[in-house]
Amino acid sequence: MKKLYLYLKPYMPAILVSMLFAGISAAASLAVPIYAGRTIDCMVGIGAVDMPGLLLILRTIAGVALTGAASSAISGRINIRISTTVIASLRRDAFGAMTRLSLSEIDSHSPGDLQSRIIADADAVGDGILLGFSQLFSGILTILGTIIFLFMISPAIAPVVVILTPLSLFTARFISSRSKKYFTQQAEVRGELTQFCQEQVEAQRLLHAFGAHERSKTDFNEINNTLSDVSLNATFFSSLPNPSSRFVNNLIYMAVGMLGALYAISGGITVGALTSFLAYASGYAKPFNEITGVWTELQNAVVCAGRLFELMEMEPEKETGNEKAEKVKGDIDIRAINFSYDHVKPTITDFSLSVKKGAHVAIVGPTGAGKTTLVNLLMRFYDPDSGSIALDGNDVSKYTRRSLRSSFGMVLQETWLREGSVRDNLTLGRSFATDDEITEAAKLTKAHDFIRKLPDGYDTMLSSDGGSLSQGEKQLLCITRIMLSLPPLLILDEATSSIDTRTEQKIQGAFRRMMQNRTTFIVAHRLSTVRESDIILYMEGGNVKEQGTHEQLLAAGGGYATLYKNADYHAANGG
Amino acid sequence: MFFLLKYIGKYKWFATLAPLFKMLEAIFELLVPLVVADMIDNGIGKNDPQHIIICGLLLLALAVLGMAVSITAQFFAAKAAILSTKDMRRDVYAHIMDFSEASMDKTGASALLTRLTSDLNQVMGGINMVLRLFLRSPFVVFGAMIMAGTISLRALALFAIVIALLGGFTAILMHTTIPMYTNVQNRLEGLITLTRENLEGARVIRAFVRDDKEREEFDRRNDRLRANAYKAGGYQSFLNPVTFVLVNMGIVVLLYTSGLQVNAGTLTTGEAVALYNYMSQILVELIKFANLIVQITRAWASVIRVREVMEMTADERSHIPDDEPFDLSCETAIDFSNVTFSYNKNESRNALEELTFCVPKNSTLGIVGGTGSGKSTITRLIRHAYDASAGTVRLFGRDVRRVSDSELSSIISNVPQKVTLFSGTVAENMRLGNKDASDEEIIEALKKAKAYDFVMEKNGLATEVAPGGTNFSGGQRQRLSIARAIVSHPKILILDDSTSALDAATERALLGELMAQKELTIIIISQRSTSVSWCDRILVMEDGWCIGSGTDSWLIKNNEVYREIVEAGR
Repeated sequence: MKKLYLYLKPYMPAILVSMLFAGISAAASLAVPIYAGRTIDCMVGIGAVDMPGLLLILRTIAGVALTGAASSAISGRINIRISTTVIASLRRDAFGAMTRLSLSEIDSHSPGDLQSRIIADADAVGDGILLGFSQLFSGILTILGTIIFLFMISPAIAPVVVILTPLSLFTARFISSRSKKYFTQQAEVRGELTQFCQEQVEAQRLLHAFGAHERSKTDFNEINNTLSDVSLNATFFSSLPNPSSRFVNNLIYMAVGMLGALYAISGGITVGALTSFLAYASGYAKPFNEITGVWTELQNAVVCAGRLFELMEMEPEKETGNEKAEKVKGDIDIRAINFSYDHVKPTITDFSLSVKKGAHVAIVGPTGAGKTTLVNLLMRFYDPDSGSIALDGNDVSKYTRRSLRSSFGMVLQETWLREGSVRDNLTLGRSFATDDEITEAAKLTKAHDFIRKLPDGYDTMLSSDGGSLSQGEKQLLCITRIMLSLPPLLILDEATSSIDTRTEQKIQGAFRRMMQNRTTFIVAHRLSTVRESDIILYMEGGNVKEQGTHEQLLAAGGGYATLYKNADYHAANGG
Repeated sequence: MFFLLKYIGKYKWFATLAPLFKMLEAIFELLVPLVVADMIDNGIGKNDPQHIIICGLLLLALAVLGMAVSITAQFFAAKAAILSTKDMRRDVYAHIMDFSEASMDKTGASALLTRLTSDLNQVMGGINMVLRLFLRSPFVVFGAMIMAGTISLRALALFAIVIALLGGFTAILMHTTIPMYTNVQNRLEGLITLTRENLEGARVIRAFVRDDKEREEFDRRNDRLRANAYKAGGYQSFLNPVTFVLVNMGIVVLLYTSGLQVNAGTLTTGEAVALYNYMSQILVELIKFANLIVQITRAWASVIRVREVMEMTADERSHIPDDEPFDLSCETAIDFSNVTFSYNKNESRNALEELTFCVPKNSTLGIVGGTGSGKSTITRLIRHAYDASAGTVRLFGRDVRRVSDSELSSIISNVPQKVTLFSGTVAENMRLGNKDASDEEIIEALKKAKAYDFVMEKNGLATEVAPGGTNFSGGQRQRLSIARAIVSHPKILILDDSTSALDAATERALLGELMAQKELTIIIISQRSTSVSWCDRILVMEDGWCIGSGTDSWLIKNNEVYREIVEAGR
């Protein structure tokens, strides 16, 4: 709540002004029935209407109405201004925090969760807290005003309204608590339907190929029918509070009307006053209903604000040094590092490695052996629990993460492309690359061949998942991206896993040239790419079990040798 | 509109009764001021307490009736809205399921999913609201006007003017703000895309040290969204004040003329009160109405999105079905003659160029080639997922265009590159193409696909498959998907790079089992020459052209590209 206040603080004067005007507007809408009642009292009978008095009151009504409308327009505009600005700054800060989060935070949350905090929760907070608060404020004001006016007009009947009206609230509450059950049911079936659709629509081609789409329709209809039954209950029961509370209001209206009229006969109240009184009585329930609605919205907003601030307070990446890694040569010295993702199960234990500039290190081993963890540590996506990594003789923690990372070029197995043109995607690491440079790089990686054939060539727009591009083509784009920026160290994590062997063969030359004089770490399961490396690390169960050249490891006859014998390479050789 | 009416039309009774009952409710509500006027004029005016009590009881009766009809209306409205959306959802789903592969490739699953779920939920809410409230407001507004007319014709004119002014104003406002809100929605989508990209690509973005640029971009989009939302909201915030002023000005004029009329004796005080009450009712109703409009606009946008799906062509292929059965004794299982194909008619490049080959019954064909060489396209044409642009594809002597989809799926099983398993048990997954398959048949297929052992290690046929099959390894998933294809007893089995995650020994054993199967023509697509080397015949594809065909040993001797592929595998 306090953090939220910090966001609202700059707008406090504006909020106060808005509240003031909201108050004026509420007062104005309350005042109209009073004056209208007075005009009725001017209309005593034929020939006895006090026209000058009437005109005077009417002028007042006009004035009050204009003031009220102007005030409500001003306060509405101020509120919109504040809410859109607050939402935008909440979002900006949340997004900023997200881009600075430590990778362990990002990895431990689903992207959908973090995304909905930045997008949906920010909206809910801005709309809920601000608009909700101003509605709550004017609602309370209206209720208080109404009570005051009611007592002013007739202290005798006022208690009837004031005491009875909250009854309608309880009725509404009572019914809506009943309908909650149906809502939960509806949410469940909707979830079921969504999951079903997701699975089936994504597999539509397969279902079609198996002739199973007709059965899928039947299964769908079953869920659809259940949903329809459940929704019917939920919708119907949720629609009951309104008529019921209206019914209670009408009863009160009747009671006030009857009592008031009887009272009027005895001269306790004028007809005009009764008119105003009835107008208030029928309008009295509205702010109560609004407040109940606003209350749930406010509660929701507070929850959302909690989620949003939780995101902003998640652990960011901490800078441990402020030196810039410049003129990097590429000597890497890893000394006795230990690392565990969950601080329980060690992923890497006591690992050391020393490589000189330009060396090529291959990391092989079965899935889950910790190969990718090494990449995470080199890039400082994660920091080792103990031990150190040095670049050119300096501990990497002395460098800023940014400068360290820009010394590395990284291609991952999981290709990542963004919505934008092919060109945008290629120049990610180097925004100012010329067209010639781009084409040249793409020719080296053979990506040029397929880009050329896309509808708009390098300007073809891609969707986030790369659209119709095959996995191999996407990998070629990612490799081209690195070719364009060429930092002094390279990390290739299964970079060519989806590229067919022949194309891979064709781009070997380009790869060799790229890797020349660059310290390179290659994670691969295709052993053909590994053989020529200067050092091969064979990892298993988080430990580097074997370390040496291809020949040495084969001769040693350990895990690498076994893997090598079983691998597709061997099959290819053996025919 | 027609689209919507078609669905609501089926429930026209519910759909007409709901607003009808709402109208009754409005009428009962509108009678209240008349009763009050009577109470004032005849009760208070004539000092008649008994009359006042009668009027009070009348008010009570109106309240009870009002509640009864209102609840009935809600019931009918809910029924009409839910049942018609149910039908709509059913049809949309069926339509999507009927999509040919080409249509599916074009639209993509995610766009369809939002329409099936959130859009249709919006539509349901929208219909319900329209039936329940949207029509109530005009009843009350015009009803109040007519009731006022029964009291005083001059008041009728005044009411008409106020309503016309308000209607005009609301219409202009809607007209200006709807495009603004669409704009806001689009900008928001841009923001969502950027956020998602940054979450999924966190590593790459940091590796390229782009986080500052990403923040700049976010700020830019965020600010544009804010500006748009502010503009739209600013316009919208005029609605209530203007309504307030207009109605109150109406009240001023009304009270003034009433004063004159009461003075002249053409109107009683009670009637003046009634007129005033009607004007107030209009105000309350219109403010409710204005808040509804935003929701209705959103629902309408969803209706349009749903309709778009229904208007998409489900199937662009040509079908000339005949009733002839397959002549499975035909010696040629697959026959391509001069087949040319392109995915996009405007594209200069063809995915397949003048391809001619045939596959004898019960033989095996391997297809190798690089990324984008046209391998998978061949299988798509065999399965008639697309029409050939030129030339004919025949299966057992019949043009594929003459074969119905269900017949095709009964003789062909395709194992695609990307494995899809469904949540449910292994047995349920296995019965996808053959729902009556016995447990024995399934076990036999699992054994052939070398999947039996690991399935039995878990929980046998009853093993639960997690969504996406994540509780099986990549190689296990591939084997399950091959087993599933065998359960359908196909005559033609297509393995589209579907053994890539298997080690060489398992792959060989599996393919050996399949080859031993009688009455089965097998097509194997691979990037590795080892997976196809033992096939009866191998096609070598490059850039849409078939640049060589023959056995492994012949191709190694005579085909440069094939040799390169073999070399590359080493």
